[in-house]
Amino acid sequence: MSILQVKNLGVKIENKIILNNITFSLKGSESHILFGPNGSGKTTLVGALMGLPSYEVFSGKIFLMKKDVTSKSVEERANLGIALGFQNPPEITGIKLADMLKLCAGKNPKEDFSKEERELVEAFRLGDFLNRDINVGFSGGEKKRAEILQLIFLKPKLLLLDEPDSGVDVESLRLIANEIQRYVEKSGSTALIITHKGDVMEHVKAKYGCVLLNGALHCFTNPIRIYEEIKKVGYEECVACRKRNMEGW
Amino acid sequence: MTNGDELTGIPHKILEEASKAGIEAKEENRSGTFFHVDQSTIYTKINEIFKGKIELMDIKNALQKHPWLDDYMWKIVDKNKDEFTKKVAENFSGGYFMRILPGTEITFPLQSCLMITQTGIEQRVHNIIIAEENSKANIITSCIQHSAVEKASHLGISEIYVKKGGTLNFTMIHQWSENTLVRPRSAAQIDDNGFFISNYICLRPVRDVQMYPVAYCNGKDSRTSFNSILYGNKNSLLDIGSQAVLNGRGSKAEMISRAIAREGSRMIIRGMIEGNSTECKGHLECRGLLVDDDAFIQSIPELIARKKGVEITHEAAVGKISEKEITYLMTRKLSREQAVSLIIRGFMDVSIMGLPEPLNSEVKRTVEMTTQVS
Repeated sequence: MSILQVKNLGVKIENKIILNNITFSLKGSESHILFGPNGSGKTTLVGALMGLPSYEVFSGKIFLMKKDVTSKSVEERANLGIALGFQNPPEITGIKLADMLKLCAGKNPKEDFSKEERELVEAFRLGDFLNRDINVGFSGGEKKRAEILQLIFLKPKLLLLDEPDSGVDVESLRLIANEIQRYVEKSGSTALIITHKGDVMEHVKAKYGCVLLNGALHCFTNPIRIYEEIKKVGYEECVACRKRNMEGW
Repeated sequence: MTNGDELTGIPHKILEEASKAGIEAKEENRSGTFFHVDQSTIYTKINEIFKGKIELMDIKNALQKHPWLDDYMWKIVDKNKDEFTKKVAENFSGGYFMRILPGTEITFPLQSCLMITQTGIEQRVHNIIIAEENSKANIITSCIQHSAVEKASHLGISEIYVKKGGTLNFTMIHQWSENTLVRPRSAAQIDDNGFFISNYICLRPVRDVQMYPVAYCNGKDSRTSFNSILYGNKNSLLDIGSQAVLNGRGSKAEMISRAIAREGSRMIIRGMIEGNSTECKGHLECRGLLVDDDAFIQSIPELIARKKGVEITHEAAVGKISEKEITYLMTRKLSREQAVSLIIRGFMDVSIMGLPEPLNSEVKRTVEMTTQVS
């Protein structure tokens, strides 16, 4: 069943068109990889799907589980099951990681974590960070671990992950990717993962990938093949060689 | 002066107001309690288990009992400093005298409440605290105007002495009303290896508070730390500063201010660290958050170095509440309003004050209660 359907989406930032006529859909129990050079609009795409106010949708529609969410607020989309893992999450003084996790799990701040939740925290090696202000003084990898853990606590239908592998050490990457894979399989949800590197695909079993270039999506095919191609000939050549534009998954 | 046996003997309406500002009616968690209402001290009591370790009484009684106290009156606050100090020097209704005896550690906080219940009065108090050598104590003092009172003034002089090796954590909570004029004038003197922590919390609207307490770190390796949590709302004018004068070799000062301004409030946050001795260090941090466009925050840090080897730094940031933070929290299923209130509560995190439990939780609860209502 399709979890996300995007039809002819156009997005502007401060009146400048970044994305135009984007169409694709994502099925459940699968992960999808989104490639694209810096500045191609990957972050804009996931931001617009989450409904962040800096991204203005000027055309098209977004459906989550067949429900039109195009004009829904960030909070409504979060409650309907869209979750975004930020590339650079903010540091917020006075709000503890434990508070954030409880918020995500829909718990009252005074409630304790369940045994399962506590095990997840430990698996993410964040037990010592629970009483620290969220992201304040966290290393790059610690921020990413905290971000993915929050997403799993949110139990979303659609995970949007903006470079979950940047600045992350090899061990943390394996951990993050394995947990994403486990969650997607178990929950029947779907993940859209933005990456510049191939390592994440060693642990996340993604059937499809695509390339975002010049405001449009291209090459809907096996992400490992796309990645190898990009490494060899670059984004422009990769997109030019395959005539799969606009086909979608 | 009427001294009851139990705090519960004090009128309910007074106790109820006091409890909103950190005063604990059940005295078992306090080492002592002092109540001064309007122009008289109505209650002083030392918890049985702390008898012989602390002294607590009205300053006027203390001056009769201890003639040597003359050496501590108007010694570090100049009685001719301004019209307010002159008024208190001329005539005052009392105030507290607290003395922690040498070498004693007071595990439970001492509490004091200075309250105004009559409209139009000018409350004038003079307080003296002495933390004797190697003593350790926490004091929570609440200055409150009863919610039924429309207009009043409070002029309070406090002189605080931390002797060699002593540690004093002094927390002041202000809960005034929209028509109160408040002029505290405080100073502290810290001897060798002494540590004075001054915490100030002002959450309720007030017409006008202006204060600039000063800590003289005269002793070798003496330290001071000023922390303020300020919530300016409903046209309040808060001009709050603190000054540390580092005279002792190796003395240190730290100042942290967190200010939130909204609804037409105006806040001026000052801080001055003066390094007069070698190897002294200081750091000043001011963060101000504007919740709407009608308020105003000005941060004025001043750093003075007079000897080689002085190291004083500051960081200040004032601005609007971050949209990125709000949106981030909204992606975690919070509404905009919930996100803003969580950021505000987080910003006013009382853990910066280093309060012992249960005082930390009590103060935290007070902050949460106040910021939730508005």
